[in-house]
Amino acid sequence: MARLAELATLIRSKNAGPFTLTIDIMFGDRATYDRVVQSGVLSRARIGSIYHLREEDVKIFPYAPANAIKVTFPRPVASGDLADGDVLAGQQYAPLVDLLVE
Amino acid sequence: MTEMCVLAPTGSLGAGYRLESLRRAMAWKPDFIGCDAGSTDSGPYYLGSGALHFSEAAMRRDLQHMLAAARNARIPLLIGSAATGGADNQLSVVVGMAEDIAKQAGQHFRLGVIHSEPARDYLREKYHNKKIRPLGTAPSIDESVFDRSAHIVAVAGVEPFQAALDLGADVVISGRSTDASIFAAIPTRAGLAPGPVWHAAKVLECGAAAVVNRKYSDPLVAWIRDDHFVIEPPNPDYRCTPLSVASHSLYENGSPTELVEPSGTLYLDRVTYEAINERAVKVSGSRFESSDTYTVKLEGAELVGYQTVVIGSIRDPVILRQLESWLEGMQGTARQRLEEIFGTDDAASIQIGVRRYGVNGTLGKLEPDPRISHEVALVFEVTAHSQDLATSAAKAVTHIASHYAVPEWSGLISALAFPHSPTELNRGPVYRFNFNHVLELEDPLEPFSIETLNI
Repeated sequence: MARLAELATLIRSKNAGPFTLTIDIMFGDRATYDRVVQSGVLSRARIGSIYHLREEDVKIFPYAPANAIKVTFPRPVASGDLADGDVLAGQQYAPLVDLLVE
Repeated sequence: MTEMCVLAPTGSLGAGYRLESLRRAMAWKPDFIGCDAGSTDSGPYYLGSGALHFSEAAMRRDLQHMLAAARNARIPLLIGSAATGGADNQLSVVVGMAEDIAKQAGQHFRLGVIHSEPARDYLREKYHNKKIRPLGTAPSIDESVFDRSAHIVAVAGVEPFQAALDLGADVVISGRSTDASIFAAIPTRAGLAPGPVWHAAKVLECGAAAVVNRKYSDPLVAWIRDDHFVIEPPNPDYRCTPLSVASHSLYENGSPTELVEPSGTLYLDRVTYEAINERAVKVSGSRFESSDTYTVKLEGAELVGYQTVVIGSIRDPVILRQLESWLEGMQGTARQRLEEIFGTDDAASIQIGVRRYGVNGTLGKLEPDPRISHEVALVFEVTAHSQDLATSAAKAVTHIASHYAVPEWSGLISALAFPHSPTELNRGPVYRFNFNHVLELEDPLEPFSIETLNI
Protein backbone atom coordinates (compact mmCIF):
# COMPACT_ATOMS: atom_id res chain seq x y z
CA MET A 1 0.00 0.00 0.00
CA ALA A 2 1.16 3.52 -0.75
CA ARG A 3 -0.38 6.94 -0.60
CA LEU A 4 -1.19 8.55 -3.95
CA ALA A 5 1.16 11.47 -3.17
CA GLU A 6 4.07 9.02 -2.74
CA LEU A 7 3.43 7.59 -6.19
CA ALA A 8 2.60 10.77 -8.11
CA THR A 9 5.06 13.39 -9.32
CA LEU A 10 2.29 15.97 -9.32
CA ILE A 11 -1.33 16.17 -8.23
CA ARG A 12 -2.99 19.43 -9.25
CA SER A 13 -6.43 20.89 -9.82
CA LYS A 14 -7.54 23.77 -12.02
CA ASN A 15 -10.52 25.29 -13.77
CA ALA A 16 -11.26 24.03 -17.26
CA GLY A 17 -13.32 27.13 -17.92
CA PRO A 18 -15.37 28.73 -15.13
CA PHE A 19 -17.87 25.86 -14.87
CA THR A 20 -15.65 22.77 -14.90
CA LEU A 21 -13.05 21.47 -12.48
CA THR A 22 -10.23 19.20 -13.59
CA ILE A 23 -7.65 17.27 -11.56
CA ASP A 24 -4.41 15.89 -13.03
CA ILE A 25 -2.53 13.08 -11.31
CA MET A 26 0.86 12.58 -12.95
CA PHE A 27 3.37 9.78 -12.54
CA GLY A 28 7.08 9.63 -13.29
CA ASP A 29 7.01 6.35 -15.20
CA ARG A 30 4.69 3.97 -16.97
CA ALA A 31 4.91 1.25 -14.32
CA THR A 32 3.60 3.54 -11.57
CA TYR A 33 0.92 4.91 -13.88
CA ASP A 34 -0.17 1.36 -14.75
CA ARG A 35 -0.21 0.38 -11.08
CA VAL A 36 -2.55 3.22 -10.16
CA VAL A 37 -4.80 2.74 -13.21
CA GLN A 38 -5.10 -0.98 -12.47
CA SER A 39 -5.70 -0.43 -8.74
CA GLY A 40 -9.03 1.15 -9.64
CA VAL A 41 -8.63 3.68 -6.83
CA LEU A 42 -9.45 6.55 -9.18
CA SER A 43 -12.83 5.26 -10.30
CA ARG A 44 -15.92 7.36 -10.98
CA ALA A 45 -17.67 5.79 -7.99
CA ARG A 46 -14.76 6.50 -5.65
CA ILE A 47 -14.32 10.11 -6.82
CA GLY A 48 -18.07 10.61 -6.60
CA SER A 49 -18.18 9.40 -3.02
CA ILE A 50 -15.18 11.53 -1.95
CA TYR A 51 -16.55 14.75 -3.41
CA HIS A 52 -20.27 14.06 -2.85
CA LEU A 53 -20.94 13.93 -6.60
CA ARG A 54 -23.19 11.80 -8.74
CA GLU A 55 -21.11 9.11 -10.39
CA GLU A 56 -22.45 10.06 -13.83
CA ASP A 57 -21.05 13.59 -13.42
CA VAL A 58 -17.49 12.32 -13.01
CA LYS A 59 -15.21 11.65 -15.98
CA ILE A 60 -11.93 9.76 -15.66
CA PHE A 61 -9.35 9.90 -18.45
CA PRO A 62 -6.25 7.71 -18.19
CA TYR A 63 -3.73 9.33 -20.58
CA ALA A 64 -0.75 7.05 -21.15
CA PRO A 65 1.33 9.46 -23.31
CA ALA A 66 1.70 11.70 -20.23
CA ASN A 67 1.60 8.88 -17.61
CA ALA A 68 -1.30 10.82 -16.17
CA ILE A 69 -4.87 10.34 -15.03
CA LYS A 70 -7.31 13.19 -15.45
CA VAL A 71 -10.46 13.56 -13.37
CA THR A 72 -13.06 16.08 -14.53
CA PHE A 73 -16.40 17.09 -13.02
CA PRO A 74 -18.69 20.13 -12.99
CA ARG A 75 -17.91 22.76 -10.37
CA PRO A 76 -20.60 22.85 -7.66
CA VAL A 77 -20.56 26.64 -8.10
CA ALA A 78 -19.07 28.63 -10.97
CA SER A 79 -15.67 30.28 -10.54
CA GLY A 80 -16.02 33.50 -8.57
CA ASP A 81 -19.70 33.05 -7.68
CA LEU A 82 -20.72 34.21 -4.20
CA ALA A 83 -20.43 30.71 -2.75
CA ASP A 84 -17.17 29.80 -4.53
CA GLY A 85 -14.12 29.49 -2.28
CA ASP A 86 -11.45 28.73 -4.89
CA VAL A 87 -11.56 30.98 -7.97
CA LEU A 88 -8.83 29.02 -9.80
CA ALA A 89 -9.91 25.65 -8.29
CA GLY A 90 -6.24 25.28 -7.36
CA GLN A 91 -6.68 23.43 -4.03
CA GLN A 92 -9.52 21.09 -4.90
CA TYR A 93 -7.20 18.09 -5.37
CA ALA A 94 -6.37 17.93 -1.66
CA PRO A 95 -8.72 15.04 -0.68
CA LEU A 96 -6.89 12.75 -3.16
CA VAL A 97 -3.37 13.28 -1.75
CA ASP A 98 -3.62 10.61 0.96
CA LEU A 99 -5.68 8.04 -0.95
CA LEU A 100 -4.30 4.56 -0.38
CA VAL A 101 -3.28 2.60 -3.49
CA GLU A 102 -2.81 -1.20 -3.55
CA MET B 1 4.38 26.21 -47.48
CA THR B 2 5.86 23.15 -45.84
CA GLU B 3 7.22 24.66 -42.63
CA MET B 4 6.42 27.58 -40.39
CA CYS B 5 8.31 28.75 -37.32
CA VAL B 6 6.13 30.29 -34.61
CA LEU B 7 7.21 32.24 -31.53
CA ALA B 8 5.18 32.68 -28.33
CA PRO B 9 7.18 35.11 -26.14
CA THR B 10 5.07 34.45 -23.03
CA GLY B 11 1.93 32.65 -21.88
CA SER B 12 0.15 35.89 -21.13
CA LEU B 13 0.89 39.51 -21.98
CA GLY B 14 2.13 40.97 -18.71
CA ALA B 15 3.37 37.67 -17.23
CA GLY B 16 6.87 38.45 -18.53
CA TYR B 17 9.74 36.85 -20.44
CA ARG B 18 13.51 37.34 -20.55
CA LEU B 19 14.88 39.60 -23.28
CA GLU B 20 17.80 37.25 -23.89
CA SER B 21 15.31 34.43 -24.58
CA LEU B 22 13.43 36.65 -27.03
CA ARG B 23 16.71 37.49 -28.81
CA ARG B 24 17.61 33.79 -29.08
CA ALA B 25 14.17 32.98 -30.44
CA MET B 26 14.36 35.81 -33.01
CA ALA B 27 17.66 34.34 -34.27
CA TRP B 28 15.64 31.27 -35.29
CA LYS B 29 13.78 33.59 -37.71
CA PRO B 30 10.16 32.93 -36.73
CA ASP B 31 7.48 33.59 -39.36
CA PHE B 32 5.31 35.41 -36.83
CA ILE B 33 4.88 36.17 -33.12
CA GLY B 34 1.71 35.42 -31.18
CA CYS B 35 0.68 36.25 -27.65
CA ASP B 36 -2.36 35.53 -25.53
CA ALA B 37 -3.48 38.39 -23.28
CA GLY B 38 -6.57 37.13 -21.50
CA SER B 39 -8.34 34.40 -19.58
CA THR B 40 -11.44 33.73 -17.51
CA ASP B 41 -9.17 32.23 -14.85
CA SER B 42 -9.03 35.19 -12.54
CA GLY B 43 -12.81 35.16 -12.17
CA PRO B 44 -15.79 37.20 -13.34
CA TYR B 45 -14.68 40.54 -11.85
CA TYR B 46 -12.40 41.44 -14.77
CA LEU B 47 -14.87 40.92 -17.58
CA GLY B 48 -17.58 42.49 -15.44
CA SER B 49 -15.73 45.60 -14.34
CA GLY B 50 -13.27 46.11 -17.21
CA ALA B 51 -10.31 45.96 -14.81
CA LEU B 52 -7.13 44.22 -15.99
CA HIS B 53 -5.49 41.20 -14.32
CA PHE B 54 -1.90 42.26 -15.03
CA SER B 55 -0.82 45.84 -14.48
CA GLU B 56 -0.61 48.16 -17.48
CA ALA B 57 3.08 48.66 -16.70
CA ALA B 58 3.74 44.90 -16.93
CA MET B 59 1.74 44.55 -20.17
CA ARG B 60 3.47 47.55 -21.70
CA ARG B 61 6.92 46.15 -20.95
CA ASP B 62 6.02 42.84 -22.61
CA LEU B 63 4.27 44.45 -25.60
CA GLN B 64 7.07 46.93 -26.25
CA HIS B 65 9.80 44.35 -26.89
CA MET B 66 7.67 41.93 -28.90
CA LEU B 67 6.42 44.80 -31.04
CA ALA B 68 10.00 45.98 -31.67
CA ALA B 69 11.09 42.41 -32.50
CA ALA B 70 8.21 41.89 -34.93
CA ARG B 71 8.68 45.26 -36.68
CA ASN B 72 12.45 44.83 -36.98
CA ALA B 73 12.04 41.39 -38.53
CA ARG B 74 9.04 42.52 -40.64
CA ILE B 75 6.90 39.65 -39.37
CA PRO B 76 3.31 39.79 -38.11
CA LEU B 77 2.45 40.12 -34.42
CA LEU B 78 -0.92 38.72 -33.26
CA ILE B 79 -2.28 39.47 -29.79
CA GLY B 80 -5.48 37.71 -28.68
CA SER B 81 -7.96 38.20 -25.82
CA ALA B 82 -6.72 41.73 -25.13
CA ALA B 83 -6.90 42.13 -22.31
CA THR B 84 -8.06 39.77 -19.54
CA GLY B 85 -11.75 39.53 -20.49
CA GLY B 86 -11.39 40.78 -24.07
CA ALA B 87 -14.28 43.28 -23.88
CA ASP B 88 -14.12 46.49 -25.91
CA ASN B 89 -13.03 48.67 -22.98
CA GLN B 90 -10.19 46.25 -22.20
CA LEU B 91 -9.21 45.94 -25.87
CA SER B 92 -8.89 49.71 -26.16
CA VAL B 93 -6.31 49.79 -23.36
CA VAL B 94 -3.97 47.50 -25.30
CA VAL B 95 -4.64 49.27 -28.62
CA GLY B 96 -3.83 52.61 -26.96
CA MET B 97 -0.70 51.08 -25.48
CA ALA B 98 0.48 49.83 -28.91
CA GLU B 99 -0.20 53.24 -30.47
CA ASP B 100 1.76 54.96 -27.75
CA ILE B 101 4.72 52.55 -27.94
CA ALA B 102 4.83 52.90 -31.75
CA LYS B 103 4.73 56.67 -31.54
CA GLN B 104 7.61 56.79 -29.09
CA ALA B 105 9.66 54.28 -31.10
CA GLY B 106 8.85 55.90 -34.45
CA GLN B 107 7.31 52.68 -35.77
CA HIS B 108 4.81 52.71 -38.62
CA PHE B 109 2.52 49.81 -39.42
CA ARG B 110 -1.04 48.84 -40.14
CA LEU B 111 -2.86 47.76 -37.00
CA GLY B 112 -5.83 45.41 -37.22
CA VAL B 113 -8.27 45.63 -34.32
CA ILE B 114 -10.89 42.90 -33.74
CA HIS B 115 -13.86 43.71 -31.54
CA SER B 116 -15.36 40.66 -29.82
CA GLU B 117 -18.22 42.31 -27.97
CA PRO B 118 -21.29 41.95 -30.22
CA ALA B 119 -24.30 44.26 -30.09
CA ARG B 120 -26.99 43.11 -27.64
CA ASP B 121 -29.71 43.28 -30.33
CA TYR B 122 -27.73 40.85 -32.46
CA LEU B 123 -27.41 38.45 -29.50
CA ARG B 124 -31.10 38.83 -28.63
CA GLU B 125 -32.05 37.92 -32.19
CA LYS B 126 -29.74 34.88 -32.11
CA TYR B 127 -31.37 33.82 -28.84
CA HIS B 128 -34.85 34.11 -30.37
CA ASN B 129 -33.71 32.04 -33.34
CA LYS B 130 -32.43 29.34 -30.95
CA LYS B 131 -28.84 29.84 -32.05
CA ILE B 132 -27.56 30.12 -28.49
CA ARG B 133 -27.33 26.78 -26.75
CA PRO B 134 -25.95 25.66 -23.36
CA LEU B 135 -22.74 23.66 -22.88
CA GLY B 136 -22.78 21.07 -20.09
CA THR B 137 -23.37 22.80 -16.78
CA ALA B 138 -24.58 26.20 -17.95
CA PRO B 139 -26.45 28.81 -15.94
CA SER B 140 -30.01 29.00 -17.19
CA ILE B 141 -30.61 32.17 -19.17
CA ASP B 142 -33.61 34.06 -20.42
CA GLU B 143 -33.91 37.24 -22.44
CA SER B 144 -33.17 39.47 -19.42
CA VAL B 145 -29.54 38.28 -19.45
CA PHE B 146 -28.92 40.56 -22.42
CA ASP B 147 -29.96 43.58 -20.32
CA ARG B 148 -28.37 42.46 -17.05
CA SER B 149 -24.89 41.62 -18.31
CA ALA B 150 -22.12 44.15 -17.82
CA HIS B 151 -20.26 42.64 -20.80
CA ILE B 152 -20.85 39.72 -23.16
CA VAL B 153 -18.03 38.64 -25.46
CA ALA B 154 -17.86 36.06 -28.24
CA VAL B 155 -14.68 33.97 -28.33
CA ALA B 156 -13.22 34.34 -31.83
CA GLY B 157 -11.65 31.61 -33.95
CA VAL B 158 -8.93 32.07 -36.57
CA GLU B 159 -11.11 33.76 -39.20
CA PRO B 160 -11.21 37.29 -37.75
CA PHE B 161 -7.40 37.25 -37.45
CA GLN B 162 -7.16 36.08 -41.06
CA ALA B 163 -9.61 38.77 -42.20
CA ALA B 164 -7.50 41.44 -40.46
CA LEU B 165 -4.37 40.10 -42.17
CA ASP B 166 -6.24 40.14 -45.50
CA LEU B 167 -6.88 43.84 -44.87
CA GLY B 168 -3.11 44.32 -44.75
CA ALA B 169 -2.62 44.34 -40.98
CA ASP B 170 0.99 43.91 -39.81
CA VAL B 171 -0.07 43.78 -36.17
CA VAL B 172 -3.42 42.43 -34.99
CA ILE B 173 -4.86 43.06 -31.53
CA SER B 174 -8.03 41.12 -30.88
CA GLY B 175 -10.62 41.15 -28.15
CA ARG B 176 -11.64 37.74 -26.78
CA SER B 177 -10.43 34.88 -28.95
CA THR B 178 -9.59 31.25 -28.29
CA ASP B 179 -6.03 30.90 -27.07
CA ALA B 180 -5.06 28.55 -29.87
CA SER B 181 -6.61 30.69 -32.65
CA ILE B 182 -3.90 33.31 -32.16
CA PHE B 183 -1.29 30.74 -33.20
CA ALA B 184 -3.38 28.74 -35.70
CA ALA B 185 -4.58 31.69 -37.82
CA ILE B 186 -1.44 32.25 -39.90
CA PRO B 187 -0.39 28.58 -40.39
CA THR B 188 -3.88 27.45 -41.45
CA ARG B 189 -4.10 30.49 -43.77
CA ALA B 190 -0.78 29.33 -45.31
CA GLY B 191 -2.28 25.90 -45.95
CA LEU B 192 -0.48 23.79 -43.34
CA ALA B 193 -2.34 20.68 -42.16
CA PRO B 194 -4.74 21.57 -39.35
CA GLY B 195 -3.83 18.70 -36.95
CA PRO B 196 -0.23 19.73 -36.22
CA VAL B 197 -1.18 23.42 -36.46
CA TRP B 198 -3.92 23.32 -33.80
CA HIS B 199 -1.93 21.07 -31.50
CA ALA B 200 1.19 23.27 -31.76
CA ALA B 201 -1.03 26.31 -31.19
CA LYS B 202 -2.49 24.76 -28.05
CA VAL B 203 1.00 24.10 -26.64
CA LEU B 204 2.34 27.53 -27.66
CA GLU B 205 -0.44 29.60 -26.12
CA CYS B 206 0.93 29.05 -22.61
CA GLY B 207 4.50 30.07 -23.56
CA ALA B 208 7.11 28.01 -21.74
CA ALA B 209 4.50 26.17 -19.62
CA ALA B 210 5.33 22.94 -21.51
CA VAL B 211 8.95 22.82 -20.33
CA VAL B 212 10.20 20.41 -17.63
CA ASN B 213 10.52 22.87 -14.76
CA ARG B 214 9.20 26.35 -15.48
CA LYS B 215 10.73 28.70 -12.91
CA TYR B 216 9.53 31.89 -14.60
CA SER B 217 7.47 32.84 -17.63
CA ASP B 218 9.46 32.69 -20.90
CA PRO B 219 9.12 32.01 -24.67
CA LEU B 220 8.45 28.80 -26.57
CA VAL B 221 9.02 28.13 -30.29
CA ALA B 222 7.41 25.58 -32.62
CA TRP B 223 8.28 24.52 -36.14
CA ILE B 224 5.05 23.33 -37.71
CA ARG B 225 5.36 20.97 -40.68
CA ASP B 226 2.83 18.97 -42.67
CA ASP B 227 2.64 15.84 -40.52
CA HIS B 228 4.28 16.91 -37.23
CA PHE B 229 5.64 19.80 -35.24
CA VAL B 230 8.77 20.31 -33.18
CA ILE B 231 8.74 22.32 -29.99
CA GLU B 232 11.78 23.86 -28.27
CA PRO B 233 12.31 26.60 -25.68
CA PRO B 234 14.92 29.23 -26.68
CA ASN B 235 16.07 29.60 -23.05
CA PRO B 236 19.12 27.28 -22.66
CA ASP B 237 18.14 26.61 -19.02
CA TYR B 238 14.81 25.17 -20.15
CA ARG B 239 14.06 21.95 -21.98
CA CYS B 240 11.05 20.09 -23.30
CA THR B 241 10.72 16.33 -22.95
CA PRO B 242 8.05 14.04 -24.43
CA LEU B 243 6.52 13.85 -20.94
CA SER B 244 6.52 17.62 -20.37
CA VAL B 245 4.83 18.32 -23.72
CA ALA B 246 2.32 15.47 -23.32
CA SER B 247 1.53 16.62 -19.78
CA HIS B 248 0.79 20.11 -20.99
CA SER B 249 -2.07 18.83 -23.16
CA LEU B 250 -3.92 18.09 -19.91
CA TYR B 251 -3.56 21.59 -18.52
CA GLU B 252 -6.84 23.48 -18.09
CA ASN B 253 -8.66 21.09 -20.43
CA GLY B 254 -11.55 18.91 -19.37
CA SER B 255 -10.32 16.11 -21.64
CA PRO B 256 -6.69 15.26 -22.50
CA THR B 257 -7.60 14.02 -25.97
CA GLU B 258 -10.26 16.40 -27.30
CA LEU B 259 -10.07 20.16 -27.66
CA VAL B 260 -13.06 21.91 -29.13
CA GLU B 261 -12.42 25.00 -31.25
CA PRO B 262 -14.98 27.09 -33.17
CA SER B 263 -14.36 25.32 -36.49
CA GLY B 264 -13.82 21.77 -35.25
CA THR B 265 -12.17 19.49 -32.71
CA LEU B 266 -8.52 18.61 -32.15
CA TYR B 267 -8.02 14.92 -31.31
CA LEU B 268 -4.89 13.84 -29.45
CA ASP B 269 -5.72 10.17 -28.90
CA ARG B 270 -3.15 8.90 -31.41
CA VAL B 271 -0.35 11.36 -30.75
CA THR B 272 3.27 10.29 -30.31
CA TYR B 273 5.88 12.43 -28.60
CA GLU B 274 9.57 11.78 -29.27
CA ALA B 275 12.70 13.53 -28.09
CA ILE B 276 14.84 14.70 -31.02
CA ASN B 277 17.55 15.97 -28.68
CA GLU B 278 17.93 16.99 -25.03
CA ARG B 279 15.61 19.98 -25.35
CA ALA B 280 13.30 19.54 -28.34
CA VAL B 281 10.31 17.26 -28.87
CA LYS B 282 8.69 16.06 -32.09
CA VAL B 283 4.92 15.59 -31.95
CA SER B 284 3.09 13.53 -34.59
CA GLY B 285 -0.38 12.11 -35.08
CA SER B 286 -2.50 15.12 -34.02
CA ARG B 287 -5.80 15.22 -35.91
CA PHE B 288 -8.28 18.03 -36.45
CA GLU B 289 -11.80 17.33 -37.67
CA SER B 290 -13.97 20.18 -38.93
CA SER B 291 -17.42 20.43 -37.42
CA ASP B 292 -20.63 20.85 -39.43
CA THR B 293 -21.69 23.88 -37.46
CA TYR B 294 -19.39 26.78 -36.68
CA THR B 295 -19.82 27.79 -33.03
CA VAL B 296 -18.19 30.39 -30.81
CA LYS B 297 -18.39 30.40 -27.04
CA LEU B 298 -20.08 33.26 -25.25
CA GLU B 299 -18.70 34.64 -22.01
CA GLY B 300 -20.63 37.12 -19.93
CA ALA B 301 -20.47 38.71 -16.52
CA GLU B 302 -23.21 40.49 -14.58
CA LEU B 303 -23.25 42.55 -11.42
CA VAL B 304 -24.36 40.57 -8.36
CA GLY B 305 -24.20 43.52 -5.99
CA TYR B 306 -21.79 45.29 -3.68
CA GLN B 307 -20.05 43.41 -0.96
CA THR B 308 -18.69 43.98 2.52
CA VAL B 309 -16.44 41.38 4.11
CA VAL B 310 -15.81 40.83 7.82
CA ILE B 311 -13.19 38.40 9.09
CA GLY B 312 -13.50 37.03 12.62
CA SER B 313 -12.15 33.89 14.23
CA ILE B 314 -13.33 31.55 16.98
CA ARG B 315 -10.97 29.70 19.32
CA ASP B 316 -13.37 28.81 22.17
CA PRO B 317 -13.96 25.03 22.05
CA VAL B 318 -17.38 25.49 23.65
CA ILE B 319 -18.58 27.55 20.68
CA LEU B 320 -16.76 25.42 18.11
CA ARG B 321 -18.48 22.25 19.41
CA GLN B 322 -21.81 23.78 18.38
CA LEU B 323 -20.58 25.92 15.47
CA GLU B 324 -23.33 25.07 12.98
CA SER B 325 -26.25 25.57 15.37
CA TRP B 326 -24.62 28.74 16.70
CA LEU B 327 -24.31 30.11 13.15
CA GLU B 328 -27.88 29.17 12.33
CA GLY B 329 -29.30 30.83 15.42
CA MET B 330 -27.11 33.88 14.94
CA GLN B 331 -28.21 34.30 11.32
CA GLY B 332 -31.89 34.07 12.33
CA THR B 333 -31.40 36.85 14.86
CA ALA B 334 -29.40 38.89 12.33
CA ARG B 335 -32.17 38.56 9.73
CA GLN B 336 -34.70 39.86 12.23
CA ARG B 337 -32.47 42.85 13.01
CA LEU B 338 -31.96 43.63 9.29
CA GLU B 339 -35.74 43.76 8.82
CA GLU B 340 -36.07 46.15 11.74
CA ILE B 341 -33.44 48.48 10.30
CA PHE B 342 -33.99 48.31 6.54
CA GLY B 343 -37.59 47.09 6.15
CA THR B 344 -38.72 43.75 4.73
CA ASP B 345 -37.89 44.38 1.05
CA ASP B 346 -34.35 45.71 1.43
CA ALA B 347 -33.60 43.14 4.14
CA ALA B 348 -34.72 40.32 1.86
CA SER B 349 -32.39 41.57 -0.88
CA ILE B 350 -29.34 41.32 1.40
CA GLN B 351 -27.35 38.10 1.03
CA ILE B 352 -25.25 36.85 3.93
CA GLY B 353 -22.59 34.22 3.29
CA VAL B 354 -20.36 32.76 6.00
CA ARG B 355 -17.20 30.87 5.02
CA ARG B 356 -15.79 28.57 7.67
CA TYR B 357 -12.01 28.27 7.32
CA GLY B 358 -10.92 25.36 9.47
CA VAL B 359 -14.09 23.48 8.52
CA ASN B 360 -14.66 23.58 4.75
CA GLY B 361 -13.58 27.05 3.60
CA THR B 362 -11.50 25.73 0.70
CA LEU B 363 -13.62 22.90 -0.66
CA GLY B 364 -17.12 23.97 0.37
CA LYS B 365 -19.65 21.37 -0.75
CA LEU B 366 -16.85 19.13 -2.07
CA GLU B 367 -15.20 18.69 1.37
CA PRO B 368 -15.18 15.01 2.45
CA ASP B 369 -13.44 15.52 5.83
CA PRO B 370 -15.96 16.30 8.64
CA ARG B 371 -13.31 17.36 11.20
CA ILE B 372 -13.19 20.87 12.63
CA SER B 373 -9.89 22.56 13.45
CA HIS B 374 -9.11 23.85 16.97
CA GLU B 375 -9.73 27.34 15.63
CA VAL B 376 -12.01 28.48 12.85
CA ALA B 377 -11.90 31.67 10.82
CA LEU B 378 -15.28 32.95 9.73
CA VAL B 379 -15.47 35.19 6.71
CA PHE B 380 -18.79 37.00 6.60
CA GLU B 381 -19.76 38.26 3.15
CA VAL B 382 -22.68 40.64 3.04
CA THR B 383 -23.89 41.47 -0.47
CA ALA B 384 -26.51 44.10 -1.27
CA HIS B 385 -27.67 46.42 -4.07
CA SER B 386 -25.48 49.26 -2.83
CA GLN B 387 -22.21 49.45 -0.97
CA ASP B 388 -23.86 51.59 1.70
CA LEU B 389 -26.50 48.96 2.37
CA ALA B 390 -23.92 46.15 2.39
CA THR B 391 -21.72 48.02 4.88
CA SER B 392 -24.63 48.98 7.13
CA ALA B 393 -25.95 45.41 7.11
CA ALA B 394 -22.48 44.00 7.82
CA LYS B 395 -22.17 46.25 10.88
CA ALA B 396 -25.45 44.89 12.25
CA VAL B 397 -24.60 41.24 11.48
CA THR B 398 -21.15 41.54 13.00
CA HIS B 399 -22.45 43.09 16.19
CA ILE B 400 -24.98 40.29 16.63
CA ALA B 401 -22.44 37.56 15.84
CA SER B 402 -19.91 39.09 18.17
CA HIS B 403 -22.16 38.62 21.20
CA TYR B 404 -24.40 35.74 20.14
CA ALA B 405 -24.93 33.55 23.23
CA VAL B 406 -24.24 29.87 23.83
CA PRO B 407 -26.16 28.01 26.59
CA GLU B 408 -22.96 26.97 28.45
CA TRP B 409 -21.91 30.55 29.27
CA SER B 410 -24.05 32.96 31.24
CA GLY B 411 -23.61 36.68 30.70
CA LEU B 412 -22.43 38.66 27.67
CA ILE B 413 -19.83 36.82 25.56
CA SER B 414 -17.37 37.98 22.91
CA ALA B 415 -17.52 35.15 20.42
CA LEU B 416 -15.33 36.53 17.63
CA ALA B 417 -11.72 37.69 17.40
CA PHE B 418 -11.55 40.48 14.82
CA PRO B 419 -8.13 41.17 13.30
CA HIS B 420 -9.19 44.53 11.85
CA SER B 421 -10.53 47.88 12.97
CA PRO B 422 -12.83 48.78 11.35
CA THR B 423 -14.02 45.19 11.03
CA GLU B 424 -15.74 45.81 7.69
CA LEU B 425 -13.79 45.61 4.42
CA ASN B 426 -15.62 47.08 1.44
CA ARG B 427 -15.06 44.97 -1.66
CA GLY B 428 -17.04 47.14 -4.08
CA PRO B 429 -18.94 45.53 -6.98
CA VAL B 430 -18.95 41.74 -7.33
CA TYR B 431 -19.84 39.88 -10.52
CA ARG B 432 -20.78 36.41 -11.69
CA PHE B 433 -20.20 34.55 -14.96
CA ASN B 434 -23.58 34.08 -16.58
CA PHE B 435 -22.93 32.23 -19.83
CA ASN B 436 -21.57 28.81 -20.61
CA HIS B 437 -23.13 28.72 -24.04
CA VAL B 438 -22.19 28.58 -27.67
CA LEU B 439 -23.45 30.78 -30.45
CA GLU B 440 -24.06 29.12 -33.81
CA LEU B 441 -22.81 31.20 -36.74
CA GLU B 442 -23.55 31.31 -40.45
CA ASP B 443 -20.31 33.21 -41.00
CA PRO B 444 -17.27 33.01 -38.65
CA LEU B 445 -16.94 36.82 -38.80
CA GLU B 446 -20.57 37.54 -37.90
CA PRO B 447 -20.30 38.74 -34.27
CA PHE B 448 -16.92 40.43 -34.75
CA SER B 449 -16.06 43.80 -36.21
CA ILE B 450 -12.65 44.51 -37.66
CA GLU B 451 -11.02 47.87 -38.23
CA THR B 452 -7.57 48.81 -39.43
CA LEU B 453 -5.59 51.81 -38.29
CA ASN B 454 -2.48 53.24 -39.91
CA ILE B 455 0.00 53.80 -37.11
